[in-house]
Amino acid sequence: MDHIEMQRDDVGAKLGMWVFIFTEILLFGGLFLVYAVMRHRYTADFHQASLQLNTFIGALNTVVLLISSMTVAMSITAVQKKDKRMATILLCITLLCAVIFLVDKYFEWGHKISMTLYPGTDLMQSLKHGYILFFSLYFFMTGLHMLHLVIGAVILVIALTKVRMGLINDEHYVLLENGGLYWHLVDLIWIFLFPLLYLVT
Amino acid sequence: MTGNTNLHEEPSYLIDTGKRKGIMAWLTTTDHKRIGLLYLWSIMVFFIVGGILGETMRTELFKPGQQFYGPQTYNAIFTLHGLIMIFLIVIPGLSVVFGNFVMPIMIGANDVAFPRLNLFAWYLYILGAAVVVISQFTGNGPPDTGWTFYAPYSTQTHTNVIAAVSGAFILGFSSILTGINFIVTIHRLRTPGMGFFKMPLLPWAIYATAWIQVLATPVIGITLLMIIAERMFHIGFFDPALGGDPVLYQHLFWIYSHPAVYIMILPAMGVITEIIPTFCQKQIYGYKAIAISSLAIAGVGYFVWGHHMFTSGMSKEAIWTFSLLTFLVAVPSAIKVFNWVATMYKGSIDLKPPLLYAIAFIFLFSIGGLTGLIQGALATDIQVHDTSFVVAHFHYIIFGGVGFAFLGAIHYWYPKMFGRMYNIRVANVAWGFLFIGFNLLYFPQFIIGIEGMPRRYFDYLPQFTWAQQISTIGGYILGIGFIILIVNLFRKNGAKATSNPWGGKTFEWQLPSPPPMENFATPPAVPDNPYDYD
Repeated sequence: MDHIEMQRDDVGAKLGMWVFIFTEILLFGGLFLVYAVMRHRYTADFHQASLQLNTFIGALNTVVLLISSMTVAMSITAVQKKDKRMATILLCITLLCAVIFLVDKYFEWGHKISMTLYPGTDLMQSLKHGYILFFSLYFFMTGLHMLHLVIGAVILVIALTKVRMGLINDEHYVLLENGGLYWHLVDLIWIFLFPLLYLVT
Repeated sequence: MTGNTNLHEEPSYLIDTGKRKGIMAWLTTTDHKRIGLLYLWSIMVFFIVGGILGETMRTELFKPGQQFYGPQTYNAIFTLHGLIMIFLIVIPGLSVVFGNFVMPIMIGANDVAFPRLNLFAWYLYILGAAVVVISQFTGNGPPDTGWTFYAPYSTQTHTNVIAAVSGAFILGFSSILTGINFIVTIHRLRTPGMGFFKMPLLPWAIYATAWIQVLATPVIGITLLMIIAERMFHIGFFDPALGGDPVLYQHLFWIYSHPAVYIMILPAMGVITEIIPTFCQKQIYGYKAIAISSLAIAGVGYFVWGHHMFTSGMSKEAIWTFSLLTFLVAVPSAIKVFNWVATMYKGSIDLKPPLLYAIAFIFLFSIGGLTGLIQGALATDIQVHDTSFVVAHFHYIIFGGVGFAFLGAIHYWYPKMFGRMYNIRVANVAWGFLFIGFNLLYFPQFIIGIEGMPRRYFDYLPQFTWAQQISTIGGYILGIGFIILIVNLFRKNGAKATSNPWGGKTFEWQLPSPPPMENFATPPAVPDNPYDYD
């Protein structure tokens, strides 16, 4: 019955991850489409509402994610070069970046939530349609992105553990590679979210 | 008969050889053949439920006015009927059952690329189905939106839409994982020497299907999440009262749900393409045209979604474009039909049950396809939009097409799956009941649809009574046909099947019936032509 281990196919595993990434892009694609339509319809409201977002935190998070994408890529090279210590350090930096991102988000979201500026509140319902839609899309898109970031971080924690245990090594590192690919996706989506939400003013 | 080069003394996949026995061995299996059967059993159970719901609607419609349940119940029942038939049966349908059971064998592989993911996808499917079922019995009553969940009604109705939508979301996830699995399988696990153009045509169809599953399903996923968010927080993506756009919902919904029609029909076409050469003992006509037309359908089919919305208030330019593309997508479908008929020409035709279903498929699918063009044309669509003409059209495609192909596929691979034969004469009788019942059931709906009978209505004007009654009687004949078919397939007194009872050429017929757990002890030799009958 157990013929799972019949053959190892790293190329196949990576192909599977790439196709999965296509689906993720299309998942966000639906949201980008709604964003485009609504921004076209409520241009002025979107402009005004986006002034409420903290561009500094947004920019900081962009930099943090770009750095983390770089370190995760470097960790793969380190594993290929059998440098377990360096790979561990680089993966820890990546995960630290993930934590920084989440802490930033905590303050950013926390600020809005303390103002009761989130979907479903009385304050929200009293705003103009364009404002409601902008803030709803903001929470929806960044929330879904954050969920992906957490999933990506969990994959990288698993990869880190396996690097420490020697299960990910210079001959067998497709899990780390796929985790890295997924992490780049998280980064890439943020690269689009940041200008659309923070810089449209 | 080809030589049984791979006949070795391994126990069949139906016999438990691992640590676990009985039901646990099945629920933990990673074998593609067993997972195919898990899907087959689940789909059969759901189909019986969905079919009974359909029969109750037909009974309700036997006379104008209320017979035994009211309009709200009627709305809930057609919603559940649609949800079950679409999301639980025809979208996974042929792809998960036969894509799992025979596709890996046809390309000479021992399993799919990710066997554990394959099992996981089945569990997601069952979970999604369970959530859909739970949605019927919790909250403020079963959803009454129809399977399309059109906004703004779906964001306003007090019925239990959120649960049903979550179920559909989970089912979509399952579908994506299966799609990824099949794409990687076909790319990576073809046996050495088998190029893409040496593959049989069912794997081609499954491949095209898998791409649509992967590229279209996420869009419905996010759309369903937006419906949930809108219901929970009154956001106003789609509700015009909140500044949203209901036509935007329809776009997002059909961006998935039209390609989903091709998720349903492409594997069905693939199955027909396998059955016809075997029972005509003739080389398939136009191999490359059929292979490429599968991809063309997948590609063009992605861009025709707007034809569901001609009356929704799109711009003239948009509806012209969608109408043109709709006519274009009929071309590759027609190529397939002509190729099947050309394959039969001068073949030694053997009218066994699988071929009867295949011929019925061509006939019913052609009626369904050609009536589709009546709706693809802008002027005539205004007349027939939202009438029972549409109901008849898509049942001809989905039931007459996908359904009959599914039944043909079961009758074709049944000996391979279970290692014994069924009673061919009884199977022919069942086919007769199904074919006659089907046409009696749906053809009258074309006529009264043109005369103005709206779809989804609980009641109707007296002048439609004759057609509704013929439909209902047809529905009962169809039901009898299914009972005969199921009894026939479940009787365990058939003769033992040989490895190749129909004289097929593809790899599965070189394996014993049923195949061993490990399909191929040694990689099979790849013929230049998978349908080499001459």
